[in-house]
Amino acid sequence: MKARLTIEVNQKRHTVEVDPATPLLYVLRNNLQLNGPKYGCGLEQCGACMVLLDGKATPSCLLPVETSIGKAIVTLEGLTQPGGKLHPVQRAFVEQQAAQCGYCLNGMVISAVSLLTEQKHPDETAIRKGMERVLCRCGTQSRILRAIRQAANESNP
Amino acid sequence: MNEPTTTPALSRRDFLKTAGCLSIGFSFACHPLSAAPQPPLQDSLPGPLRQQPQINAWLEVLENGRVRVLTGKLELGQGIRTAIAQVAAEELDMDSNHVEVHLAETGRTPHEGYTAGSGSIENSAMSVRYAAAAARQKLLALAAQRWNKPVEQLRLADGKIEGGKDQLTFAQLLNGTQLTDEVRLPVTLKPKSEYRWVGKAVPRADIEKMVRAEPVYVQDLRLPGMVHARVVRPLAYGARLRSFDEAALKKAVPGILKTVINGNFVGIITTEEYEAVQAQLMAREQTKWETTKPLPDNQNLAEFIKKLPSKSRTVKETGDVKTLESSGGSSLKARYFKPYHMHGSIGPSCAVALYQDGKLHIWTHSQGVYPLQEAVKKMLNLPTEAVHVVGVPGSGCYGHNGADDVAADAALLAMAYPGKPVRLQWSRDDEHGWEPYGSAMQMEAEARLDASGKITHWRYDVWTDSHSTRPGGEPGNLLAARSIEKPFSQPSSGYSGGGYRNSEPYYAIPNLKVDAHFFEGPLRVSALRSLGAYGNVFAIESFMDELAEKAGKDPLEFRLRHLEDERAIAVVKKLQELTRSEKGKPGEGIGYAFSRYKNVATYCAVAARVLADPKTSKVQVLKMWSVIDAGEVINLDGVKNQTEGGMIQAASWTLKEEVQFDKQHVSSRDWSSYPIFRFSDVPETEVVVINRPDEKPLGAGEAAQGPTAAALVNAIYRACGQRIRHLPVRLDRRE
Repeated sequence: MKARLTIEVNQKRHTVEVDPATPLLYVLRNNLQLNGPKYGCGLEQCGACMVLLDGKATPSCLLPVETSIGKAIVTLEGLTQPGGKLHPVQRAFVEQQAAQCGYCLNGMVISAVSLLTEQKHPDETAIRKGMERVLCRCGTQSRILRAIRQAANESNP
Repeated sequence: MNEPTTTPALSRRDFLKTAGCLSIGFSFACHPLSAAPQPPLQDSLPGPLRQQPQINAWLEVLENGRVRVLTGKLELGQGIRTAIAQVAAEELDMDSNHVEVHLAETGRTPHEGYTAGSGSIENSAMSVRYAAAAARQKLLALAAQRWNKPVEQLRLADGKIEGGKDQLTFAQLLNGTQLTDEVRLPVTLKPKSEYRWVGKAVPRADIEKMVRAEPVYVQDLRLPGMVHARVVRPLAYGARLRSFDEAALKKAVPGILKTVINGNFVGIITTEEYEAVQAQLMAREQTKWETTKPLPDNQNLAEFIKKLPSKSRTVKETGDVKTLESSGGSSLKARYFKPYHMHGSIGPSCAVALYQDGKLHIWTHSQGVYPLQEAVKKMLNLPTEAVHVVGVPGSGCYGHNGADDVAADAALLAMAYPGKPVRLQWSRDDEHGWEPYGSAMQMEAEARLDASGKITHWRYDVWTDSHSTRPGGEPGNLLAARSIEKPFSQPSSGYSGGGYRNSEPYYAIPNLKVDAHFFEGPLRVSALRSLGAYGNVFAIESFMDELAEKAGKDPLEFRLRHLEDERAIAVVKKLQELTRSEKGKPGEGIGYAFSRYKNVATYCAVAARVLADPKTSKVQVLKMWSVIDAGEVINLDGVKNQTEGGMIQAASWTLKEEVQFDKQHVSSRDWSSYPIFRFSDVPETEVVVINRPDEKPLGAGEAAQGPTAAALVNAIYRACGQRIRHLPVRLDRRE
């Protein structure tokens, strides 16, 4: 049964009429028309659907939307400043050209932001550990690692 | 060249050069199927341009001062859009950001067959280069006539033509028309010494769109009134539908708009996407199927595929290999195996289809919009002009994944539910279980060395299934068309040439015979990045290391002794120089490998440093190097990105991947039953590009796979003494 729910996404409150069991991913993509979170596996195995939930990278493909009520949801769109200025992690991905097809990029950027919020200067092992949940098939991980090192240096000199 | 059936027109000379007589070869089987390298010649226009010679088939001048380039290729993450913009911008003296690229669309862009086989730079980008150069000539001639000035006094300047005080934009000069002249030789190309864009690491503009979460993919399409759909695939290949309880399903999921049952094809259309997800899960539980033929027990797939009935062809024969046994020196024999591999796109296949006013529109990430149009039209018995196929990027595919199938599925659903765009998203389970895999292969090699350590004889056999069953205009290659009430049968064999790609070593060996044996294996197969080159180079370059050891030679020196092509020697020597100072720690080893893709395209040498511990059976790839010569470089960072990614992807295939199946069907249905590299597995990478501005530009996306596999197993051997001949690498497997 559908219900009216209010969730906070990218610092704005949105009221949607959906089945409360609907995974957050479909609400973000279809009701809110956001492109950042992607469907990859629907099993929390690949990380393509990552969002920040109260600042922490969380897969959204199985998470019932009702459990995200009252939490701050941030998607890839929400990282860009209102004037269009990119977040340092987004900028580092562009500068390092850290993508091929780019389908995994949402999960990569969101996970990197989450990691750099928790640890200002993660070492190589910590970066890899922080990114372990997100799969890339094009093999751009070596570029993604460079982008995260760059973002860490620039955000926390 | 890849899967040549629907690729229009390479030049005859190029065709013979790259294909040998493979496409025509089964009637000319006496001739060798591979060809010797030849110097590049500009004796003809690129094939697609000869087929579609009008300038405006490739290039349009826009009112806003920009230029739009039309390509029949699709952006797959390989950066072709940027490379094409670069070559057009170069010839027209424009900023490459002012060149828009319109990707593959039937009725709109040139027919360029498939975006496959590393051919996009060679064919599409070169067609655009010549079309843009011809456009430049024509624009200058028009301005010269208008101002009554000699062409030498005119110049192009970012979308304008200037001549002293006179200045006009391209659009003003054309006054609402387009350049309809045909491109004919001779075409004056811009001198390479004046290049501003080509050869540089021009950043891809689409990466910024991706980080800004702009709509980029077919998955991001949202058309007015769009509805959602899922399909319910059978339990097994060829299974027949016994029962489907539509009433129960509609009761359980109220948002169902329509269920589509057509023979063994089952699809569900809903208002909300989550309803489609629930309906699919429920329908999978309640739908009954009758399975026909069980799959074989895959415990010993290597032996199994060799015992299947096969058709054999001699790929190459030189000298007299029969004297292998009787000659002097020493001999060596080895057998190698690679399992079925998955494309494993991160985003499962997706398509949107709309049937309205007698016309079917399909938005798809298929690599071939025209061949798909042809196959879908036949499946649905529609006229060609009633099927409009628009290419939209999807998740990286690395070959023929579920893209065409999901498009055909969506087409069936849209025909059954006219007037609304139907978005069909395959589930992870659909993609893993139903995509066509890269064939399992068995390779056997035998060689003789003379007393000086040179190879005198070489005998090689490869057992393989087809490496392309793309639609190619044949509906029987689409899952949906095989499932419907009046099914199309699957064509008996696909493109078999892929199986012996790179089966001939690129070394000077006087007596040599290469044979290929084609079987029809248990799993659905098609083109996976580099086709058979991965398996063949894995075997040949592992065997080269084994031979080097037998000859008591350094592995790179041993290769250099058998190479004659200067460009091949250059990449191997550069790799040698790059890794010379590397000192491995205990338990570590460095391995090397080389190949020239298809033996006529890109040169690539790869080194890997690994840590291998037989006690724990753990192998960690620490670093990989690559030296690549793809001829004239169009986008330097594009070549690097493709090569880094190629090494990492192929390292994942080599170390981790194997499609598993049981008697019923494929059992690798998610990322835990088909694990691939994660961040903890990924090595550091370093790529050195040798740019050859005067050589023909070549695709770079498929050169690293084969050498990567061999460099890894060669490194493992050096690290721990264990020779891996059966993939994926498992140190605890007894071979």
